[in-house]
Amino acid sequence: MRKSVIVILTGLLSLVLAACGGQAQQAPTTAPAQPATTAPEQPTAAPAQPAPTAAPAATAAPAGGTTNQPAAGGQIERILARGTLICGVNNNPLPGFASVDSAGVYRGFDIDFCRAVAAALFDDPNKIDFRPLSAQERFTALQSGEIDVLIRNSTWTLGRDGNLGLDWAPTTFYDGQGMMVRKDSGIETLEDMDGATICVQTGTTTELNLADQFRARGLTFTPVVFQDGDSTRAAYDAGQCDGFTTDKSGLVSSLTLLSNPADHKILDVTMSKEPLGPAVRQGDPQWFDAVRWIVFATFQAEEYGITSQNLNEFLNSDVPEIRRFLGIEGDLAGGIGLPNDFAVRIIRHVGNYKEIYDRNLGPDTPFNLPRGLNALYTEGGLLYSPPFR
Amino acid sequence: MAAGSPPVPSGKTAIPFYRDTRVIAIIAQVVFALAVIALIWFLYSNMINGLRQANLLPTFSFLSVPAGFPIAESVIEYDPSMTYGRAFVVGILNTVRVAGIGIILATLLGLILGIARLSDNWLLRNVALVYVEIVRNVPLLLQLIFWFSLTRLFPRIQESISVFDLIFLHNRGITLAWPQAANDFEAWMQWVYGGIVIGVIFYVVRRIQFARRDRPGVALPYAFLIAFGVGLIGFFVTYAVNGVWPVSLSIPELQRFNFVGGITVTNSFAAMLVGLVIYTAVFIGEIVRSGILAVSKGQREAARALGLTPGQTMRLVILPQALRVIIPPLTSQYLNLTKNSSLAIAIAYPDLFYIANTINNQTGQAVPVILMLMASYLSVSLLTSLFMNWYNRRIQLVER
Repeated sequence: MRKSVIVILTGLLSLVLAACGGQAQQAPTTAPAQPATTAPEQPTAAPAQPAPTAAPAATAAPAGGTTNQPAAGGQIERILARGTLICGVNNNPLPGFASVDSAGVYRGFDIDFCRAVAAALFDDPNKIDFRPLSAQERFTALQSGEIDVLIRNSTWTLGRDGNLGLDWAPTTFYDGQGMMVRKDSGIETLEDMDGATICVQTGTTTELNLADQFRARGLTFTPVVFQDGDSTRAAYDAGQCDGFTTDKSGLVSSLTLLSNPADHKILDVTMSKEPLGPAVRQGDPQWFDAVRWIVFATFQAEEYGITSQNLNEFLNSDVPEIRRFLGIEGDLAGGIGLPNDFAVRIIRHVGNYKEIYDRNLGPDTPFNLPRGLNALYTEGGLLYSPPFR
Repeated sequence: MAAGSPPVPSGKTAIPFYRDTRVIAIIAQVVFALAVIALIWFLYSNMINGLRQANLLPTFSFLSVPAGFPIAESVIEYDPSMTYGRAFVVGILNTVRVAGIGIILATLLGLILGIARLSDNWLLRNVALVYVEIVRNVPLLLQLIFWFSLTRLFPRIQESISVFDLIFLHNRGITLAWPQAANDFEAWMQWVYGGIVIGVIFYVVRRIQFARRDRPGVALPYAFLIAFGVGLIGFFVTYAVNGVWPVSLSIPELQRFNFVGGITVTNSFAAMLVGLVIYTAVFIGEIVRSGILAVSKGQREAARALGLTPGQTMRLVILPQALRVIIPPLTSQYLNLTKNSSLAIAIAYPDLFYIANTINNQTGQAVPVILMLMASYLSVSLLTSLFMNWYNRRIQLVER
């Protein structure tokens, strides 16, 4: 008995030490050099520093880092020094957005935005380490700095923006949550689904919306929640669920992977707003700006009609705003830590937004998704870039 | 460091303090302790700085915020409007549920397997051998996915396999007819409580009597019998008085999407349980075998010479002695089973690890959630260990 108690105590002690060892242990560490005065100080990362001058400086450093413009050694410098961009992408094939083709090359809408970022930084769209992540792993990977940018059809929400310590670049794809059912089930609306079993992926906004939507309508349902998209789809395909819910683009994409796509249909209901876009870790405004303007550059290029095909003609343009956009005039991009011709690099290697969209989701693909909200503001959509000046 | 060391003992032949092994020993320990503390401190402050930059300082306040996410199965009542704290408890209970049932079943299967491997029957012995060699050499995760995939092969719920319209097998699990409380359930429960009280009193009284007479005796089975009998009498009395059985059978009925009534064991839970039991039973079987082999051959021969049947020899002579060898490694297997249940996320069973991950994903509070997770598994494991150690000592005492 006594031994067990000791074991418990040791375990608890180690937990306590790991959890809140902070202030208490400051005293012994600094004690030899400076007995009493430094003990109640704010925690510093350098306990070996000689006390009087170092204490205020060291306490100021971590606080300043969050608000000030990051000095040299920021995220962009780190990526350039490393030589590759680490981009977090979907770990399950989501054709059209992120999947690996038969040659082993990553392809898709999200992938192309990774390539756009790499092109802007390195003038080479292939200097990327793709890091496949599940819905549950993705934010932790970004928070811990394991990846530089997360482009994995991730919905921008207030909670995630605020509580998860992330920042969202402009939305690259405006989506909404949908519901897929079997044609022979006779389901036409969500109201028909009272008591149904529904497959959904964990760690997603769709998991939460599903609960909200059914609760609001006073309907009951049984969730079957999987860690990854593949299992979710497979369970639905096997008939273990009556419905399968995720973003509509994801449903369209998954439909092509079902064993018999003709047996299924997507309900004509949109359960939520799902603005999908790249996310970066909070705390480096320069890197956040860079990603933001890389996305804007694809919008702006479409607005000007600049494509990877006709780029060279535009490089000879004498229209001032186009010359500014392409970095021929002025030094605008320096402020966000990008080379002046970053827009040229993106367009040359990846193309403008329309090219990215059509290549992955457009009429020539099995998905043939209409642009809808994802058209330029001039064509009734929501894509709008602030001016490049 | 030197400033804090004790004064050097004075004397003509006093050696300098830095060559005094006693002082050196103390200094070394102090230095080591400081190094450990400095390391912990460095890691901690590094973490806090990183989290502060990301605006993610650890807090437990999220525990009282509505969770918002649905959980497929729960022992206690749960819906998405309840708090993260509640969701976490649901996770703990789901883990305890699968681990608890798993431990019992794995022990039974393991016992049979261990005895089978030592059987004189060639077929039985070799079937057990093949089972052990296959199962223990395939990773558990793979086995779980295998069992889960098997459940897909069952028909869709609309075409369930029906057994006397009481049991239905389908690819979402097994739906069973199940007793449910009827109108007079409360009245009957009073009989049941009464029976339990009488049983306990009987047991205590008999024990005291045995102690007074200083003679061994059996009381527990009779106590159970009495409690059960009173409950049974109450069952019929309630029926006789009210004309309605206090417990009725809830027969599952297929509605549009799912069965209503009865209980449904989900395919995830079933696959999880089967996977854990089949896998852990192999190791338990080997432990049982080693325990039996550790009992000296003379014991078996002596028992047979006394005229005990092979079954009695095993039950009364071999196993009680083998238990002493079996219990300590068995405890490890129980702990393994509990910890292995954290693989549940792969097959959609909402265990503790899965729910904690979802909470982490939604709140971004990785550090508190991981700490809670560690503390929970640690508590469950330590409780198991405590119980098993107590049982181990009991076994030892009985033997002497």
